[in-house]
Amino acid sequence: MVDTHSTSVLPVPVLLGKAGKGFRGTIVAVGAGVGPSDLEDAEYSDELERRLLEIGFVEGAEIEILHEGLIGGDPIAIRVDDMNVALRRREANAILVRAYPVGPSGKAQG
Amino acid sequence: MSSWPSDAFRFALVGNPNCGKTALFNMLTGKRQKVANYPGVTVESKRGRLITPSGRKMVAIDLPGTYSLRGRSPDEAVTRNAILGKLADESPMDLIVCIADATNLRLSLRLVLELKLTGMPVILALNMVDIAAKRGIEINMKRLSERLGIPVIPTIAVDKGGTAELLAAIDDAAAGENTSSTPTWHEQSADEVRATHLLVNQMIEDCVTIPAGNDVWTRRIDNVLLHPVWGLLVLLLVLFLIFQAVFSWSTPAMDAIKAGFDLAGDYVKSNFPEGMLSSLIADGIIAGVGSVIVFLPQILVLFFFIILLEDFGYMARAAFLMDRIIGGVGLHGRSFIPLLSSFACAIPGIMATRVIDNRRQRLATIMIAPLMTCSARIPVYTLIIAAFVPNTHVFGFVNLQGIVMFGLYAAGIISAFLVAWAFRLFVWSGKSEPFIMELPSYKRPSLRSVGINVLQRAFVFLQRAGTTILSMMILIWFLATVPGAPEGATEPAIHYSFAGMIGHALLPLLAPIGFNWQIAVALIPGMAAREVAVGALATVYALGNDEASLGSTIATHWSLGTALALLAWYVFAPQCASTLSVVRRETNSWQWPLAMFIYLTALAYLAAWIVFHTTLLFT
Repeated sequence: MVDTHSTSVLPVPVLLGKAGKGFRGTIVAVGAGVGPSDLEDAEYSDELERRLLEIGFVEGAEIEILHEGLIGGDPIAIRVDDMNVALRRREANAILVRAYPVGPSGKAQG
Repeated sequence: MSSWPSDAFRFALVGNPNCGKTALFNMLTGKRQKVANYPGVTVESKRGRLITPSGRKMVAIDLPGTYSLRGRSPDEAVTRNAILGKLADESPMDLIVCIADATNLRLSLRLVLELKLTGMPVILALNMVDIAAKRGIEINMKRLSERLGIPVIPTIAVDKGGTAELLAAIDDAAAGENTSSTPTWHEQSADEVRATHLLVNQMIEDCVTIPAGNDVWTRRIDNVLLHPVWGLLVLLLVLFLIFQAVFSWSTPAMDAIKAGFDLAGDYVKSNFPEGMLSSLIADGIIAGVGSVIVFLPQILVLFFFIILLEDFGYMARAAFLMDRIIGGVGLHGRSFIPLLSSFACAIPGIMATRVIDNRRQRLATIMIAPLMTCSARIPVYTLIIAAFVPNTHVFGFVNLQGIVMFGLYAAGIISAFLVAWAFRLFVWSGKSEPFIMELPSYKRPSLRSVGINVLQRAFVFLQRAGTTILSMMILIWFLATVPGAPEGATEPAIHYSFAGMIGHALLPLLAPIGFNWQIAVALIPGMAAREVAVGALATVYALGNDEASLGSTIATHWSLGTALALLAWYVFAPQCASTLSVVRRETNSWQWPLAMFIYLTALAYLAAWIVFHTTLLFT
């Protein structure tokens, strides 16, 4: 996509598990249908969705990837609003995130 | 203690992990605490008694930290049922005191709203308000209380701040106690959780001001401690220091305990008429209990560091750093600490697996914990290595005995990973469990609270290990003593005892791995605690207490193959009755300790066979 008017076009959402260190943005969607669904059954993804929600991964929350593990950049340490959570990339793939439109100082798009 | 009425007012402390709940519990109840398991499950219930300013006698119950009432495992469901009074012969709690970390309110408020839905009376204790104030977080308590419709009390658990106000609020709730309706609860759906989050966001916007980047210190510390390279180096350094402390600081205390028990044994022997009774007391009870108590200093030092680092907030970071490294074989990042503890003794390690909220990963950790070389194996290793491995240097500077010792530790760790991997492959094939873990802000630990927890752990260790060990000791003493030697016996008495008979009966099985009957017999008292086998060998070779000459005796009696096979056997060493009994208690089943005994015996036999026959080829 050619970005001609940068103020109105939002970055394309990505899976949190695929984002690199330093990524900042907001959560667009959590849970069922977000990540690669071929791996797990419905019961597992329902459980994962609720556990993610319960620890604060909810639509609209601001996130930032702070740290990565040594092997394969896994797991990742993420700031979710005001708290820090560790997550494996596998589980992070159930979360869809959108980077801030411009620069690191951009405001969250609730 | 019996002066508390059975229908005393009871309140539960509920809160997220890391909210300072246990510190607050310790402040409210002091040392009047009792740790017990709920019947039939492994969830610990900590109860403490207290008297409120108005003189009411109450019982406080500390429940495991949770983000939700929705139990993910049968154990967690117990927490919920304890609150709701759905456990057998227990009524619902009279009050819930929800504890929130004032620096991290969001998830706590969601839990409060879920608790309120039960219809039970709830009080919110806003803990760590001092840290929140330092970070510039402003909370309008009055408005928050109005929005939630419940009392909100600021507290500072580490300094006892606010406990008087909290007790007063609890008193008020008790005074206004009406015959409340039966609490209700239903599992919240994902959309209900989302809706609650929205509600919480509105409340926070309304009542709380959070400055941007308020927790700079946690961020700065994490830049080092969670760094993929520096973080691991710091972790290694921390581990090194803990090991140094466990093995060197505790030595004087251990020597003193050992000397004390030896003195007590000698006293009994020289002051009681010689016979069965004096032998039972001195060789059975005193020596046996002493051989376990001697590990208490190591366990105290170990628990001190673990609890201190946990309260500081570092343990979650250690789990983060180790997760991928040990996660490949199906373990959880949090398996790391229990496995580490097992290098001192598997019993505290197995007890520490409670921090793993996933049942499968917890069981896998329990099953491999005995493969970590516990300190009870060191006397056996030292004896054999000193007798058979030349004290020379290879490549000019590496001590050969040291290499063998290191190899034995490494063999244990590698086997543990292989076993965990096999477990994942054959026992629990299929999906793995999610790894989702809060990395709490770093906090100044309260030494008082750490102290209370260390003593509590030590007490539970003595209670768990002590009761079983005492009965095992008496049984093993009986086997090794009865029947006594006949008139004109030429062999030491143990030769004629039941243990001797069992040892001789097992000989055909153990001969293929190079063991002689003396080893077979010594392995039986070794069931009580592994290092007891050294003393038993001395007895079998009729050396009495002269363990010093044991080395030269076995050096002339055993072949190299036998010695190395026994070392290999001890890497797996299934024979520790105390470990098996703690596994039974922690898993609440006979199936797991039995499986552990069988697989360890099989591996020990296999390893000893391979080592014995390989050595025969080369000698």
